[in-house]
Amino acid sequence: MIAVIDYGAGNLASVRKGLEVAAQRVCGAVGELAPAVTVTSDPDVVGQAASVVLPGVGSFGDAAEQLRSRKLERPIAEAFMSDRPFLGICLGLQLLFETSEESPDARGLALVAGSVKRFEGDIKIPHMGWNQIEGPKGHPVLSGVDSGAYAYFVHSYYAAPSDESVVATETEYGVRFCSSVGFGNVFACQFHPEKSQKIGLRILENFVRFTINAAHPRD
Amino acid sequence: MLAKRIIPCLDVDQGRVVKGINFVDLVDAGDPVEQAAYYDAEEADELVFLDITASSDHRDTMVDVVRRTAEQVFIPFTVGGGIRTVDDMRLMLEAGADKVSINTSALQNPSLIEEGARRFGSQCIVVAMDPKRMADGTWDVHTHGGRTPTGIDVRDWCRKAEGLGAGEILLTVMDKDGTQSGYDIEITRTVSESVSIPVIASGGAGNLEHLHEALEGGKADAVLAASIFHFRTYTIRQAKDYLLERGVPMRT
Repeated sequence: MIAVIDYGAGNLASVRKGLEVAAQRVCGAVGELAPAVTVTSDPDVVGQAASVVLPGVGSFGDAAEQLRSRKLERPIAEAFMSDRPFLGICLGLQLLFETSEESPDARGLALVAGSVKRFEGDIKIPHMGWNQIEGPKGHPVLSGVDSGAYAYFVHSYYAAPSDESVVATETEYGVRFCSSVGFGNVFACQFHPEKSQKIGLRILENFVRFTINAAHPRD
Repeated sequence: MLAKRIIPCLDVDQGRVVKGINFVDLVDAGDPVEQAAYYDAEEADELVFLDITASSDHRDTMVDVVRRTAEQVFIPFTVGGGIRTVDDMRLMLEAGADKVSINTSALQNPSLIEEGARRFGSQCIVVAMDPKRMADGTWDVHTHGGRTPTGIDVRDWCRKAEGLGAGEILLTVMDKDGTQSGYDIEITRTVSESVSIPVIASGGAGNLEHLHEALEGGKADAVLAASIFHFRTYTIRQAKDYLLERGVPMRT
């Protein structure tokens, strides 16, 4: 089961639907039973899920507080540290970091070293629309995604990891920023795969495959 | 580079498309979901549904359209028309819309922008504004499809909407809407330069050069068009190729 974490931050319908369609495509093709996609705020369900998705739109501070008050911080950290596939989307990427200029007093989940910064300069904010993700490096969730592919973004802040080796893709908007991180079981992106048409569905399909392979390693 | 966006707009009345794709073999041309899926496959960058149903009794019909669209369409889409309260916004967003567009209700009650942005985030609050050139030189924002002046100049209203938390402006210049004679470049550029949020130009697209003018001269971030796409005067692909040839960044 793929658990999509619901902590009251935004509309999860399209994330759920995108994963369901991806699961049907991946499993339908080989006649397997597609993993269920469950939207949940139950820490136990998150703890037992084969893979975990942390989505979200909204503000960094409110979201971090919601995760804590719903006792979701620990199961998220456990999933992140485990070998179970973990997908963060938009605010779900930013929350993995330590701090954000959006909510200077709030503490993020601090699972990735670094901070979240606001865009500056003579550019429109939010960064809204289709932009290119460059230089995907070898993470299973980015399999088949070419450098320069367009993905859909809506955000005013971007993640700045301290350790550059976690960066999976970069995107240019006034600055060259980290538009996704990927390592081990973790992939987290600033863009919205569930709104990024073909390329987005491919990423979600890759995540479904990653989930199935992690649950039943084939050798 | 951030691409400029091309956004077809579908007018929906009581759950049926009244202004949408013509001359194409759709199974049911009146079904908004089928039209949306068609534009998704054509690589439109976003979609706008404008609910023109006069009475609010049909709210559930539009919610159903939104829900079914969200199940099939994996690009962002906006719903406008008849959204008067935060609860109306919530209904549409929970059904799967990415953004809601408010117009008259925002003019009557500007705090609706603020409240919507606080509850759901600025990114999903689009403020639509319909200015008209007046004899005295003002660009008066009109309501009720361009019939009712408000005495508010679009140059003030766009800044106010941004300050209240709007995430985007959908600008339809009434003098141009439906004329296919081109967007109003001066008003579009002025609004786009007055705010730091994205501006969608609307009203007047008749050919591909008009799209180019709105994005280049008008400095718009996106162009919305209805007839030129619905009547297949041009496909989305043709529009993108035309703009790409002129150096406008497009999602390919």
